[in-house]
Amino acid sequence: MSAPDPSPGSPLGALIARDIRLALRQGADSMMVIVFFVLVVVLFPLGVGPEPAILGRIAAGVIWVAALLAAMLSMDRLFQTDHEDGSLELLVLSPLPLELQFLAKATAHWLTTGLPLIIVAPLLGLLLNMAPAGYPVMLLALALGTPSLSLIGGVGAALSLGARRSGVLLSLLVLPLFIPVLIFGVSAVDAGLTGSAAKAQLLILGGLLLGAVALAPWAAAAALRQAAE
Amino acid sequence: MGQFTGSGLSSFRGQRLVFRGLDFDVGEGAMLHLVGPNGSGKSTLLRIMAGLLPVIEGQLRWDGTPLAEDRDGHRARLLYVGHADAVKGALSVTENLQFWCDMSGGGDMAGALERFNLGSLADLPARFLSAGQRRRLNLARLAAVPAALWLLDEPAASLDIASAAILEQAIARHLADGGCAVMASHGRHPPDGMVLALDQYAGNMADLGDPVL
Repeated sequence: MSAPDPSPGSPLGALIARDIRLALRQGADSMMVIVFFVLVVVLFPLGVGPEPAILGRIAAGVIWVAALLAAMLSMDRLFQTDHEDGSLELLVLSPLPLELQFLAKATAHWLTTGLPLIIVAPLLGLLLNMAPAGYPVMLLALALGTPSLSLIGGVGAALSLGARRSGVLLSLLVLPLFIPVLIFGVSAVDAGLTGSAAKAQLLILGGLLLGAVALAPWAAAAALRQAAE
Repeated sequence: MGQFTGSGLSSFRGQRLVFRGLDFDVGEGAMLHLVGPNGSGKSTLLRIMAGLLPVIEGQLRWDGTPLAEDRDGHRARLLYVGHADAVKGALSVTENLQFWCDMSGGGDMAGALERFNLGSLADLPARFLSAGQRRRLNLARLAAVPAALWLLDEPAASLDIASAAILEQAIARHLADGGCAVMASHGRHPPDGMVLALDQYAGNMADLGDPVL
């Protein structure tokens, strides 16, 4: 997913730039997601034992599940602070359509969490003894899958605004919706590892992403309008 | 500029009737003061006017066009100042205001900072601002971004006397330029201004305790 027009001064670019700037200034948030991602993956060899063959076989699944959980972890800050400090009301009232604002915020979220996850994923593959043939497919699958996570998770974050235990509610709402991305993400890497073509799985991941780009903004915008009442 | 009117407006909050059958009419260069006790619906009415709350009963019009038919146009012409200041502590004063200017398609940011006496604080991270300074930063949007309609919910809260005077000047300039404004306030209001007392439209107020919003 690319930012349509990041030139300074355009409302869309301003919103993306603001969210990235906030994420970088409050660097702990973004960093924590990466550290969490690494820690979860590192726990697996300790849990299932250091047998290289077993680790190599489960590597793709472990990395994908950890990526889902890490994406979850960062999701609730997407609208929470804007809701608390009154920014959300002003965003809802600003001339830029709320659907586009949601795309901008999801883009910023992906750039500050999804992209770093993709960058550290090869290191973790190495740690889990993943076969070299799996890396290109894993990176492609993550590049197609993690934007969907930001979009779907964003709908959950918008829906759970104002709920008392929004973090838990958000997980319950969103994790089941992540399942298709997980299934095709893992099976793409598995196909790559066994030497067969992963094109079908990658196309489905791309399709899921296109579906999320088309549908998530409307769902999220409706939820945000409710939350701003 | 234009004529902002409402007719037969009613509002329910939490299944309680806050007001009913409310009419108002604000024209170019005019300011409507909303007065009433806590919970009489001043904030609710402002949020309905802004479009944050749906119109349950009655109609809002701008120059005779129902707002329901021109939501985008309405958002583009209004500025709303609510209870929360929408200030990001991690951004500097300039960055905060610049963001809201960009979201509204640009404005005179530097002039607005000067007018609201924030010029010397421009590069300070907003988390170091006092409550009154945060409010001034929020109000600086009024001077930065041109808009026909100002909806102000107790804008002078936490302002000192000098800053309240700056706000009054800004409002006077806005009205002189042909804008219109609706303001809820607990404080005094000029005797010549238009006043809408919400308690005369009260529904079943007997069981309404604290302010709903």
